[in-house]
Amino acid sequence: MNNDKLIIGGREFHSRFILGSGKYSMQLIEAAVKDAGAEIITLAVRRANTKEQESILDYIPEGVTLLPNTSGARNAKEAVRIARLARELGCGDFVKVEIMRDSKYLLPDNQETIRATEILAGEGFVVMPYMYPDLNVARDLVNAGAASVMPLASPIGSNKGLATKEFIQILIDEIDLPIIVDAGIGRPSQACEAMEMGAAAIMANTALATAGDLPMMASAFKQAIEAGRKAYLAGLGRVLTRGASASDPLTGFLRD
Amino acid sequence: MENQFLIDSEYLSPEALARKHRLETDPSARKNHMEYLPGMERIESDVCASVMEQMRAYDYARYTAADVKAALAHDTCAIEDFKALLSPAAEPFLEQMAQRARRETSRHFGNTVYLFTPLYIANYCENYCVYCGFNCYNHISRMKLSKEQMEREMKVIAESGMEEILILTGESREQSSVEYIGEACRLARSYFRMVGLEIYPVNTDEYRYLHECGADYVTVFQETYDTDKYEQLHLLGHKRVWPYRFDAQERALRGGMRGVACSALLGLSDFRKDALASALHVYYLQRKYPHAELSLSCPRLRPIINNEKLHPLDVHETQLCQILCAYRIFLPYVGITVSSRESAAFRNGIVKIAATKVSAGVSTGIGDHESKYTGKETGGAQGDEQFEIDDNRSLERMYRDIAGEGLQPVLNDYLYV
Repeated sequence: MNNDKLIIGGREFHSRFILGSGKYSMQLIEAAVKDAGAEIITLAVRRANTKEQESILDYIPEGVTLLPNTSGARNAKEAVRIARLARELGCGDFVKVEIMRDSKYLLPDNQETIRATEILAGEGFVVMPYMYPDLNVARDLVNAGAASVMPLASPIGSNKGLATKEFIQILIDEIDLPIIVDAGIGRPSQACEAMEMGAAAIMANTALATAGDLPMMASAFKQAIEAGRKAYLAGLGRVLTRGASASDPLTGFLRD
Repeated sequence: MENQFLIDSEYLSPEALARKHRLETDPSARKNHMEYLPGMERIESDVCASVMEQMRAYDYARYTAADVKAALAHDTCAIEDFKALLSPAAEPFLEQMAQRARRETSRHFGNTVYLFTPLYIANYCENYCVYCGFNCYNHISRMKLSKEQMEREMKVIAESGMEEILILTGESREQSSVEYIGEACRLARSYFRMVGLEIYPVNTDEYRYLHECGADYVTVFQETYDTDKYEQLHLLGHKRVWPYRFDAQERALRGGMRGVACSALLGLSDFRKDALASALHVYYLQRKYPHAELSLSCPRLRPIINNEKLHPLDVHETQLCQILCAYRIFLPYVGITVSSRESAAFRNGIVKIAATKVSAGVSTGIGDHESKYTGKETGGAQGDEQFEIDDNRSLERMYRDIAGEGLQPVLNDYLYV
């Protein structure tokens, strides 16, 4: 278990919890790092575009990898510009591509995401695209040079859990990159379930940000993700695996 | 209860006074408010028809407590639910509505509250809108900032820490041309992160030009969606053309603006119908332009210079709160701005329920930021304000107060791309 590492863009992480950027506060960052053990924190570049004295970048603890995202981008061109700006601001080479042209549900635009991924991967970025779970798109993202694939579990901020479970499972089964479940995870149990399925990591924000006791919820997520990961590595019992196996072998009649 | 809008000024010439009275008393002296004037662009759109059909059919008296309870029990709020929440039957459920609204706000916006300030660069106006301090027959001190004056004002505001600015003018193309406003936008881009506009409605190509100058958000208040009432309140000028104003947001979006805001001026007409129409205006715009960032304001009528008695009729704080809760439940994803027309106590309360943006360090006059912000008498010319504000907290004070309520004041969450 100690050797179980998450590797993205050649970098190793022990934690499989990633803090999203939706609802942003210093208290949230602190809880995510201290109590949830996050080693990657997402930051909206547009949110960091401020002269505020308490510069947001200063709040990111040392040793934590900053994952700037392209929120606010409505197409590939805008996402590329925001990613380049993030690099200029000293946010490193990691970038989470998110492109939305829907202000109501904030659903990602898969086609534009593929285009932006291709351009940014070509420029040496470690690209982590946020997408609607579609196998064909995931394959295109792999070919475009993505470092991971980040399907949504349900509409962002909805806390509705694994509404796209079957499709995420297909991605986990068919795609060789880390599948990081992003958006919609509302409870630790849902995070645990995604990890049992074989997800590489969980990204969440609202579930923590809107919790009654933020640090306690952060630590609950940490435990749930670790439990789910262990269960996945252990191999689920026969009752739970898909297509449960009969206790007597069906092929026992074969004589050679 | 009705407002007494018509005020004569002793400074008007007998001819001007006679014309004013004719406009006020003789409808045949007024132009057709539904007819476009030369130069006004027409666009194909069914948004207006959809909004007006719903508004005309809205009979809020027929909604009952049962309808309100059902609306609050539903996961998503349909138009019918929204109509129930805006009705008088919902008033006893205000606390429950506030609880629900707070959950929606928190889910979509967390605990953030955005801060901005308006900057009026000119108060010349060619319109006679009877309730407005800038109206062309109102005797006030008129002014238009020069480029140097604009820059000085922006500098003072930027030094206070403000990062988002809303540039406003009176509605005079003559005095405040699109090029003049564009110049203000270019200047503002160098002092602020985010630039919005609240100016007279313009054509798509002019919105595109202003966007290229650095503006990305456009606010246009329809004042009232009741076209007959609108006709009686806007007696003269370009602003009198109701449909051209209605389509302004669409033209702005087609011109490349990222976001637009809508609202009626509450207290001019039947507020429930106006609130319904304002929200549906946003609702149908979102369906047609899903990428657009949309927001609602909720201005109530305020006293103006030379007419201290103006008041928002039956829209008391309770009704305003009901409207804002209903907006939030119906349109959980839209921004809601509450201006300094409202009191500090109301704004402190409503940011915890539904509002996502408030103004601070506000002046609705022209060229007076330096004296207001620094307390220094600058001796420079100043133009009179559009209306009286209520909440005059500075940015620093507002920032502190919001943080003190356990919320997170945010100065910027935007990039011009």
